[in-house]
Amino acid sequence: MAATLYWDDVKEGQDLPPLVKKPTTQQLVKYAGASGDFYPIHYDKDFALANKLPGVILHGALKNAFLGQLVTDWIGEHGTLSKLSVQYRGMDVPGDTITGKGRVTKRYIQEGKHYVDCEIWLENGKGEKTTPGSATVILPSRSGE
Amino acid sequence: MTTVDATAALEEIKKLVGMESASASYLIEKGHVRRFAEAIGDPSPLFSDEVKAGQSRYGGIIAPPTFLRNCPSGPFPQPIRSPFTRALDGGSDWEYFEPVRPGDTITTVQKFSGVEARQSRLGTMMIMSRETRYTNQFGQLVAVQRSHGISY
Repeated sequence: MAATLYWDDVKEGQDLPPLVKKPTTQQLVKYAGASGDFYPIHYDKDFALANKLPGVILHGALKNAFLGQLVTDWIGEHGTLSKLSVQYRGMDVPGDTITGKGRVTKRYIQEGKHYVDCEIWLENGKGEKTTPGSATVILPSRSGE
Repeated sequence: MTTVDATAALEEIKKLVGMESASASYLIEKGHVRRFAEAIGDPSPLFSDEVKAGQSRYGGIIAPPTFLRNCPSGPFPQPIRSPFTRALDGGSDWEYFEPVRPGDTITTVQKFSGVEARQSRLGTMMIMSRETRYTNQFGQLVAVQRSHGISY
C-alpha cells in the first residue's frame, strides 16, 4: 500500500495526483452489470441517439466512481473519505481520455479531527471540465491525534 | 417542441415532497464488491485483495465509496411520475460515516426531498432531489446520498 498521507504535509492550493481513465463501451457494459444500472443510453447507440444524445454516454455514477478513486488513491488507506460531491454538467463518451484532477482548498481541525477539503473534477480530452465536484477527507496527523 | 404541461405536472409532484420510500435490504457479497471495483477500474487492494486488505486498518475488504449505488430503496407508496420520459443523472452528494464490508446487510430508505423545473438546451427539465440513507445491520448510519435526477 502507498505511504501514509499526513494532514501536516498537505498544503492549501496543492494539486492532487491526476487519475487518467480511458473508458470503453466494454467498461460501460461491465459497469451496467456491476451496478445494476441498465438504462440503455449507456450501451444502446440507437436508443441514445433517439434521446437527443451524441451516442452512448458514460454513467454519471461511473464518473462519480472515478472521482472517488482520485481521492481514495491520494489519501491512501489511512485517510477517510468523509464527503464526495459530484455534478454531471457535461456528458462524457467512451473512447475519450478522462482525467481526474483536484486541488486542496482548505485544511482545518474540527472536533479533534484533521480535515482537508478539495475541489475535484473530471476533464475530457479537450480539457473541458465536464464533471466538477468536491471532497472532504480526514487524515492522520503526525502528532498522532 | 414539447407539448408537456410542465407547470401543472410540477404542482402535482410538489405535493409528494417529503414522502418516504419503503426500505430494501441487501446482503453485501465479496464477489460483487470485487466485480464492481473491476468495473470502475479501481485496482486498490482494499476492494479485492483479502490478504492486503486484511493487513490494513480495516482488517478486511471494504466496498468502494460509490458501491452503495447497488442498494436502491424500496418503492414509494405513490409513484413519482415525471411528465418527461427521458432521464439523466444530475449528480450526487455523499456523506460517509462507516465502511461497507462484505457480509454486511445494508438497509436503504429514500426520501423525496424536492422538485424544480428549469430551462436548458434540451428544453424544459424537471429536477427531482432525493435523500437516500443507508444503514448497516448494527443500526449504524453508513452513508447518506443526496441525488438529483433530471428528466426532459
